[in-house]
Amino acid sequence: MIRVGVVGLGKMGLSHLSMIRAHPHVSVDAVVDSAGYILGVLSKYTGLKTFTDFEKMLDSVELDAVLIATPTRFHAAMVRTALDRGLHVFCEKPLTLTAAESAELAGVAAVRGLVTQVGYHNRFVGTFREAKRLLEAGAIGRVTHLQAESYGPVVLKAKGTTWRSKRTEGGGCLYDYAAHPLDLATWFVGNATGVGGTILGSVFSENTEDEVYSTIYFADGVSGQLSVNWSDESYRKMTTRVSIFGTQGKIIADRQEIQVYLRSTAPELEGYEPGWTIKSTTELTDEVWFYLRGEEYSAQLDHFVQRIGDPSLPATNDFASAAITDRIIELLTADAAAGPATTTLVGETTASTAPKARRGSLLGRRS
Amino acid sequence: MSTTAPRTTDSGGPLTTPGSSKLDPVLFGDNQFFGINHRSEEKAREQAMRFQDLDAIMAVIDDAYASGIRTLMCTTHDRIADVVERVRADPERYDGFSFFPCMPYAHKYADAVTENGILGALNRFMPDEGMLNAMMRGGRSLAKKDIEGIITLLVDAEMAGFAGVRTPVVWLQNVVVDLLLGLGFTDAFAIFAAHVRTRYGAEPGFITMNLPMLLDHLDQAGIENPLVCSNINKIGFRMSGGVEAYQDALAKRPFRAVAMSVFASGAIPPREALEWIYAQPGIESIVFGASSRSHIESTVALVREFEN
Repeated sequence: MIRVGVVGLGKMGLSHLSMIRAHPHVSVDAVVDSAGYILGVLSKYTGLKTFTDFEKMLDSVELDAVLIATPTRFHAAMVRTALDRGLHVFCEKPLTLTAAESAELAGVAAVRGLVTQVGYHNRFVGTFREAKRLLEAGAIGRVTHLQAESYGPVVLKAKGTTWRSKRTEGGGCLYDYAAHPLDLATWFVGNATGVGGTILGSVFSENTEDEVYSTIYFADGVSGQLSVNWSDESYRKMTTRVSIFGTQGKIIADRQEIQVYLRSTAPELEGYEPGWTIKSTTELTDEVWFYLRGEEYSAQLDHFVQRIGDPSLPATNDFASAAITDRIIELLTADAAAGPATTTLVGETTASTAPKARRGSLLGRRS
Repeated sequence: MSTTAPRTTDSGGPLTTPGSSKLDPVLFGDNQFFGINHRSEEKAREQAMRFQDLDAIMAVIDDAYASGIRTLMCTTHDRIADVVERVRADPERYDGFSFFPCMPYAHKYADAVTENGILGALNRFMPDEGMLNAMMRGGRSLAKKDIEGIITLLVDAEMAGFAGVRTPVVWLQNVVVDLLLGLGFTDAFAIFAAHVRTRYGAEPGFITMNLPMLLDHLDQAGIENPLVCSNINKIGFRMSGGVEAYQDALAKRPFRAVAMSVFASGAIPPREALEWIYAQPGIESIVFGASSRSHIESTVALVREFEN
């Protein structure tokens, strides 16, 4: 049995706790949260051993791993403490609030030979895994462009009361929403070499952004576009879509299905024909031992458990990979803070054509 | 408001089991009305557009009624209140029609938790804020009666929209059932069941994606012969524990099975899917959603064929 402590029992923490407690090879030996009422209910009705203090818990319970789902600003210190004590760590995304810290923690874990993982669950979605497999097989030839989008109805009015509405604590559309399509983008086409034209716009929020738009430059001349808005009520829930354009075809994937267009000159691939091939999540998804809110959430925890059992298994979403995403998040923040860079033709007056930095007041305060 | 009379059916009358405490053999689902499609975002959006008009929803429900279906198994989505209103307003036209509410409508709560935290979200949906506010101030742990109070108040808030129509079964949605199941919070099932029985005279039902595991916990909670709805389909889509474990449970365990996702969101052809379903022992009812009359009629025809 792998002995796990779960830290932070908010929306993500509770659902992680439910799934991992149901895992046949895991015993949840401690839970930690600052809210007494949740701990009281869990201890009375589920028999879980509860703590209000992370370090006290580590002092009194012997564990193999911790699962950290606290607000993001607490991640860095908790992860470091856990690694220092030789524990494997699963941490919710984003890993930390600075790219340097994420990279450093990845280094610490590597030196100590500890298993790490960050909760980018989309890499465990059947359709996105299929897209990755197709790209690795060279199915659409040389990739030229990628479009990564996420939309959903999280913030639909000005006032939020949790850390998720405060950028300084790791809230906001960039950390909370855009991190997902960004992470998928880096999985598909690699690290970014730079970003440009970034807009972190407010639709409703006072202390953070609700939309993220940017051009991302990847290695090998691949360009990318990011379009994210968590104030879009027309979506029932978060919807993430990636479109990848190549010399031999195109891939469009979301959680439900993957649509693949292959030119007649594309390399032959079992199960795919020239023209459109559409595969649905029902045929691409492996069963999980326990289903709560999507196979991918269960599958990512199972991957963590399996890697603890056999650290030589190839890693998906380790700290090193999450640090790449954190670095691009930092690039986007810096680029947006620098304000719009626009191009005009010689002789044109810029005063009337240059867009006003309409969200400048929000961004200006941030850097 | 649509004023056309419901079509009568020549295909065999109501699909009910009169004089029995059994559920109707076919329950009509409502995913299609709210942009939920497990296989295609495009299809889901198309349906969301079509069904933003209440008349479009009612037309499909009328088609289902005409085919003999008498039960709508529905979420507690705000828009279902409008459907309830139509049915309540015309008892003759919807003679024998029942709603099986499935609660809670989880996205409403999930979004509220993101915005206001867990207590804040509870506060928003509780009819009486006093109790929770007292707990937030005190930071004390909750007594059993507090938990019972919270669960029953939330159930009552969700049931308010169904006053005046028949609700012989009240379901707890899978996202809540399975969350509690994983946590090991088995007592909550018993609290829900007792409240649904005493307050509404209804049979409590549990929707799950983890049938074999849930049955063990419902046993522990002392809920006998429970009504449980889960994915049951030939390809094992979202049947955690595996098809064999489900078949074993159907054959050996005392519970009333309702099968959903029998077509695995369209991955299995209808005849093949239902032929397999009716070859399994112990399935009391199936729930399916459809948005065209032809699809409803062909499914009902297959059910009548296999039922006999």
